[in-house]
Amino acid sequence: MQVRVQPEPFDTAAELAALSANRSDVGAIASFTGLVRADDGLTALTLEHYPGMTERQLAAIAAKAEARWPVLAGTVIHRHGRLVPGDAIVLVAIASPHRAAAFEACSFLMDWLKTKAPFWKAEEGPWGTRWVRAKATDDQAAQRW
Amino acid sequence: MMLYFAWVREAIGADQETLTPPPTVETVADLLDWLAARSPNHAAALADRTAIRVALDQDFAQADTPIGTAQEVAIFPPITGG
Repeated sequence: MQVRVQPEPFDTAAELAALSANRSDVGAIASFTGLVRADDGLTALTLEHYPGMTERQLAAIAAKAEARWPVLAGTVIHRHGRLVPGDAIVLVAIASPHRAAAFEACSFLMDWLKTKAPFWKAEEGPWGTRWVRAKATDDQAAQRW
Repeated sequence: MMLYFAWVREAIGADQETLTPPPTVETVADLLDWLAARSPNHAAALADRTAIRVALDQDFAQADTPIGTAQEVAIFPPITGG
């Protein structure tokens, strides 16, 4: 599985196409794209991360998914830096022979990423700039796996 | 090497410090107590321990985890990525 942490935008269609390019064993590709939402007048989101630990944690989460499901190819991209509403933040895409594994591996990766990848969001809006608080529901979502 | 992120970094007023804790500092909890005594900024940043997470050499640690030979200690709020 490919893991990337970058400030640059990514091309979701190109990333999905690459997962099944030049092979005929892929029967299913499931993906999740997370976007910046303009809740309550939010104007920008700045993502800070811990270089080194981020890549290490994402690689560990990816290895767990590969050990558990028949993953033929996969891509995890997480952006950092300042993003505005509509911008994509994260992409998780999984290619597998069958849909159940693709859906489950994708969902597992997102739930674990939310609790293990060291990123922090600061929100800009009418309130100025504030740090986003962690949600207990994210921990619960990861626990179900 | 101590690394600080997000509002912990802002409250302490530095993104890193090179510190050598005394031998009495054995666990993560000991380290946080020792750091909190360094300045009012450190004390404010570390006041609510339920909102503090620690990584030793880039792996998550708990309050009772021994510091051992860790070279890189990172202190930060609960993560909010994705």
